[in-house]
Amino acid sequence: MITRLANPARFMRFSAAALPWCGWSAAAVIALGLYLALVVAPPDYQQGETVRIMYIHVPAAWMALSIYLFMAVASAVALVWRHPLAEIAAAASAPIGAAFTFVCLATGSLWGRPMWGAWWVWDARLTSVLVLFFLYLGYIALVNAFDEPGRGARAGSVLALAGVVNLPIVKFSVDWWNTLHQPASVVRLGGPKIDVAMLIPLLVMATGFSLLFLALTMLRMRTALNERKALAMRLNRMPGPARPAERERLAPAGPAMRRGA
Amino acid sequence: MTGEVGRYLAMGGYALFVWPAYGVALAVLGGLAWQSWRRYRASSNMLERLQRELRTRP
Repeated sequence: MITRLANPARFMRFSAAALPWCGWSAAAVIALGLYLALVVAPPDYQQGETVRIMYIHVPAAWMALSIYLFMAVASAVALVWRHPLAEIAAAASAPIGAAFTFVCLATGSLWGRPMWGAWWVWDARLTSVLVLFFLYLGYIALVNAFDEPGRGARAGSVLALAGVVNLPIVKFSVDWWNTLHQPASVVRLGGPKIDVAMLIPLLVMATGFSLLFLALTMLRMRTALNERKALAMRLNRMPGPARPAERERLAPAGPAMRRGA
Repeated sequence: MTGEVGRYLAMGGYALFVWPAYGVALAVLGGLAWQSWRRYRASSNMLERLQRELRTRP
């Protein structure tokens, strides 16, 4: 399935059909998740109603980590096999990962103030997630810093792979160091340590966020493919003998992309 | 505010933390979705225009 989709023209056909389904189901599942989180779920016996922040904060943190992993795998595929769709997928997912990381940091801050008495502490978990946020921003800045999309994507791919070392630091920071942030209670050895009444809204919200990620990634990949194709068409129309080489350099799309997707 | 709705909105005294948390998430994710959609529409329109020009002016 992956190799079949790994052709820009086929991806455009597949995503045209899948995108509305993905987008609307994301909206529906997130709406259900909001109802469960804000109405059905009980208040915590220690944290009271602030525990409702968890239903945004924790799924956003999961997304922040898994989107980075997705970006790094796509970058590795782009570097090894030089596949244009892989680098487009990596670049399309980065702003979404940055958005989820920002949501995680902001909601964590709003949760920390009433529970810890501080908006921010420099403990290992918070600091490593802040580093993750800067890795996303650095990747986005690097990819957009070059005139040729291909060169920017290759430089970004190297950065994305180097940043993978931060993922286990984020995940295990709460075990390796004595952090103010609490340790894992869902994804841990020995099963979840959280009540079902809170686990279900959490998982529904995480499913909604994942669907949203899929929909937005497809939408942004389609945008990037449109933009590259438009660039290739513009360069095609330019006169002058040096232009074909220039065109290859700026839009190394291969025949599949120019053949109308 | 009083009554059941008011008590719900007060979030046990933590309204100033719970609602902004949901607001930030909605603003950031909704804003990203809106921006992605706008840019997609713009890129599709541009491509259509280029293809139309190519057909009319060979």
